[in-house]
Formats: sequence, C-alpha cells, structure tokens
Amino acid sequence: MSFGHHDFKKPEFTKVSDYIWEVPKTFKQGMRVPARVYASKGILDSMDLQVYDQVTNVATLPGIVRAAMCMPDGHSGYGFPIGGVAAFDVENGGVISPGGIGFDINCGMRLLRTDLAWKDVRPKIKELVNLLYQRVPAGVGSTGFVKLRPPEFRELVSSGAEWAVKKGYGWKEDLGVTEEDGNIKGSDETKVSDKAVKRGLEQVGTLGSGNHYLEIQVVKEENIFDAALAKKWGIFADQVVIMFHCGSRGFGHQVATDYLQLFLQVMENKYGIKILDRELACAPFVSPEGQDYFAAMKCGINMSFANRQVIAHRIREAFSKVFGQDAEAMGMHQIYDVAHNTAKLETYVIEGKKKELLVHRKGATRALGPGNPLVNKRYREDGQPVIIGGSMETGSYLLAGTKGAEEQTFGSTAHGAGRLMSRTAAKRQFRGETLLKNMEKKGIYVRSVSMPGLAEEAGGSYKDVDAVIDAAHNAGISHRVVKLVPVGNVKG
Amino acid sequence: MDIVLQYGRMPYKFMEDVAWADIAFEATGRTLAELFESAALAVTNTMVRDLNGIHTKTMKRIEIEGRDVENLLFNFLQELVFLKDAELLLFSKIKIEDMTETSCTAVLRGEKINPKKHSLIVDVKAVTMHMFKVERTSKGWRAQVILDV
Repeated sequence: MSFGHHDFKKPEFTKVSDYIWEVPKTFKQGMRVPARVYASKGILDSMDLQVYDQVTNVATLPGIVRAAMCMPDGHSGYGFPIGGVAAFDVENGGVISPGGIGFDINCGMRLLRTDLAWKDVRPKIKELVNLLYQRVPAGVGSTGFVKLRPPEFRELVSSGAEWAVKKGYGWKEDLGVTEEDGNIKGSDETKVSDKAVKRGLEQVGTLGSGNHYLEIQVVKEENIFDAALAKKWGIFADQVVIMFHCGSRGFGHQVATDYLQLFLQVMENKYGIKILDRELACAPFVSPEGQDYFAAMKCGINMSFANRQVIAHRIREAFSKVFGQDAEAMGMHQIYDVAHNTAKLETYVIEGKKKELLVHRKGATRALGPGNPLVNKRYREDGQPVIIGGSMETGSYLLAGTKGAEEQTFGSTAHGAGRLMSRTAAKRQFRGETLLKNMEKKGIYVRSVSMPGLAEEAGGSYKDVDAVIDAAHNAGISHRVVKLVPVGNVKG
Repeated sequence: MDIVLQYGRMPYKFMEDVAWADIAFEATGRTLAELFESAALAVTNTMVRDLNGIHTKTMKRIEIEGRDVENLLFNFLQELVFLKDAELLLFSKIKIEDMTETSCTAVLRGEKINPKKHSLIVDVKAVTMHMFKVERTSKGWRAQVILDV
C-alpha cells in the first residue's frame, strides 16, 4: 500500500435493472459472493471508486450470503463503505465486524411531530432555534445536563431509552415508536471497558459534531407522496416537525475501538481469517470474542437510544417555553426513531432455506415491510418508518419499509443523501459564513458551533437527496411517504 | 494538499480525496519522537483551527505501550481522543520524552475545551486502521492516519 492517492479500478457492472448493478465474483480474488449497488446510472457514475473497492472487499468475508450491498447514498468509508449492507450466516462461520457497523454505534435519526402550522412557528423560529442551540449542546467537548456516575451510566447502557423515560425524560409512548422499543435485548455492560464509560459520562443529551444536527422542518402539501399513510402517521400539510441525527458519542466510539483492536489480535492467529483491509477486522459470530462484542455493541445501541430520548425531552421543553403550552397540548408525539449503524440477528430465506443471519447495516436503515413481527406494533401493518436525513440545505424524507427490501436487501435501505465530495474539498469550495447568509436568504435559520464544520456539511457536498430517494423507491427497497424541508437548523 | 507548518520542523498535511467522509493526514519527523509529536498535533488541529489558541495551563504525562511501532502510534493518538472526551482536554504542546518502538512517555500541555475561545472544527470519534501506516524514509519517519469524524 502506498501513501496518498490510490488508483481504484472501476468494475464492469452487470445491469440487473435500472436501479441495481452487480459486480461479479470474478472482479477480485477471494470474493465469495457478488457485490450489488442500488443506484440509478447517474448516481452509480458519481460514486467515488473506492466504494467499489470496499464493497468487493466485504464480499470476501467468511459466511457472507447473497451479495455485499451498497445503498444509493453510498460512499467510501473505512473497511465497509457507508451505505453498506452485508449479512452473514452465523451457523456457518459467519462473522461480526466492528468496521461493518461503524465507530458511531446506532448513530440514528428521530422524528417528532407537532400540531403546529408553519405560520404559527414562523414568527418565533429564531427564538426557537436559539433556545434549542442552548438546550441541546453540540460540537467538540460539549457536555449534557445529565450528570452520571459510572454505575448509573452502566445502568443506562443496559436499558437505553427506557432508562431515560424512567428518569422523567420523555413519554412512555416514545418507547413503542423506537426501533427495538428503545432497549435492545441482550446488552451486557460487563463487556464494556471503563474507558468507554469514562468517555460517555458527560455526553448524554449532546448531539456531537460532523454531520450531526437538529432540524425544524415543514411539510409542504406538494411533498406528500402517500397521503393516506401520511395522515395515518400524523403528518399534514404546513405542519412543523423536528428531526435530529446523533449517536452513541464517545462511549460507542470507544466500544468499537476496543473490539477492533481485540479482533485484529485474534482474527488471524486464533481463527485463521485473512482480510484485505484492517478495518474489516472480524471474528466468527459464534466465538467468545464475537459474542462479547455483540453484547457490548448493544450497550452502544442503548446509549444512543437514551441520548436521543433525552434530546427529545429537551426539544419538548424548548417548544413549551417558546409557545407557552405543554408539549402534550402541541401534539409533540414521536413519529419514530431509527438506527443506522448496527448488526442484528434476523431470519431470511436463502436458497429456499430459512437462515439466521447477522445483518450489518453501516450507514443504512432497516426497512422491514408490512406485517413483519420485528416492526413495532404501531407500524406493523404499514412497514417500518424510515427517516432519511438529507443535507441541511435540501431536505429530508420519511419513507416506509417494504417487502421488496426484505426480499432484496435483508430489509435495508439508504440513510441519508450521501457525500459527493470529501470534507477537505468541501471546505475549499464553501465558506461557512457565506453559506449561513445564503441559507438565511432561502429561509433556513442556522446556528452552528463551527464555521468550517458548517462548510463541510454544505448541501453541495452531498448527492441530490431526491435522486437518492428515487433510486431507493424505484428499486422497491422503500416507499416514499413525505419530503420534509428545513426552516431551522442547529449544527454540531 | 495544504501543508501546515505551524511548528516548523514538525510538519503534517491534511490529504484531500483520500478519505471521503473522514479526515486523512500525513505526518513526518526526523526521529520517531518527532513523528509522534507531529501526528498528535495533526489530531488536535483536526478539531481546532488555531493551535496557538490552546493555552498550556494543564500538564499531563502519559505512558503508552504498543505491540509494534504502528500499534504504539495508534494507542498514543487514541489516548488523545480519550482525554478529549473523558477530561475535556486539548493539547497544543506535545513533548515525547522516552521513546522506543514499543513504548513512549509523552508530556502533554494544553487546557480544557472552551467553545467560546477555541476555534472548534469537528469532533474526532476514532483513529481508524484504514490505510494506517508508519514507515521509515530516507529523512526519518512518516505516518498516514485516517480519523473518523
């Protein structure tokens, strides 16, 4: 491996449909299955070439079934691409890989509704964004209002959003509209290091930075694609909703770091697994190390659910203060909370046989279809809600999971717009101060901790979110419900 | 590539188009100790635009061990990421005192993060192993690191 630039080979794709492209096993030595990219031809041509190198590397991992997949918002990451989906047959040597989940375990999205119309919120938008900026800390080194000692923090990672609701942060009904009811089964806090706990102690209720944000959005009538489902889910024209994106903060990052290092030591020596990139470090799922990481990773999932639960509580408080009403009176129910960076055991039919698979989703959203028993009761007959955070300038989406996703992508779809250029390139092209002014002219009021950080997140540094959602919708891996446009943003 | 030469003999540069959503940098040093000092400043400079804005109010001595020189650099940089979250500290002066290829002692000087005072950019989540590399060159040592942000 040399320093700096690499010449990655563009594969010869086999067109499966207008939105599905396959890289055959012959592309690279060691590939056990093909790679599949879900994208329009336009998106496929705009992806960085390292994506194809990474997704075909994933195809070499032990126990992988069907195909290594990349969603339409995919771009290169470390190890797995972002937008990567891969499922491993756990009874036949299938692996678990921290690099297939990401350092920010259960980085995810939450969406709250209101009964408020844009005309009522408009005069107070600055006051609201300024208050949210104070109440929901963001950026490097930010600390939350919840102060915990290590034993309490260990309780928190053992019960997730349930812990937060018990402490009075949020409503009991929120749990029923959170993936895994906000508390994933099988977490084991004895598998996480004291270092991980120390990193997380002061960070409950904080957004973090980078692409993490809190946004106030509006439903425009012309952006409602499925009127019946939108109505059923409590969405109406001119409505104001709140969406935010954040994860398990330093705690999750440290859990992933700890186990990546452990896996690097045992992978080849103990289990004889050879990999093409150290970020693909893995261990058999059925091994002491694999099981320990699975249980520790679930603590990361719970930390993130708790974090978003506390933030939801702060958002309701801020709205109450600004509008002088209870959050209940303003109808501030949670629509849903989805996880992006996870691995979960799910059952799928592979070559006619039911198999238990460990589905890794890294920068990908679970999108189970109508009737799936893993979907929370509230949404079981509709399919799992999928919250897509677009760029802060263009807009976001609410989708529904489909049977098509279960049949094709192990019940997975995109998670965002996906980067189109590197952070350094974005900083060169955009200036935070100018962006801030231009966004205000467009009617989006922004508060950001960091101007260079803001520039990195400029709309132009992301793919066209509409095109990404078109691809996901047309490939049949999710169903478009409504597009949401930003009017106020707090950025980390 | 823009070369950052804030500390004269300890250069590092952030590399474009190596990492898409992450931050990649290359650090160099005439000696291994210099390389570690450069790489540490690059990690801090990823989070804060102006290193001179971080005053040296707090001193911390850390001892790090590694299986080999790459693992040692990884553990050293990861400790800075840990201290940023666990103690809210950023460091602008880094001095490596004892150095072998499997252990080092570093004296870190800096202060608590203050968003009003420090020009914060982006949080570093982790040091990744993606394309992570330490190698000898004709002029000393060089490392390539990608940070998850």
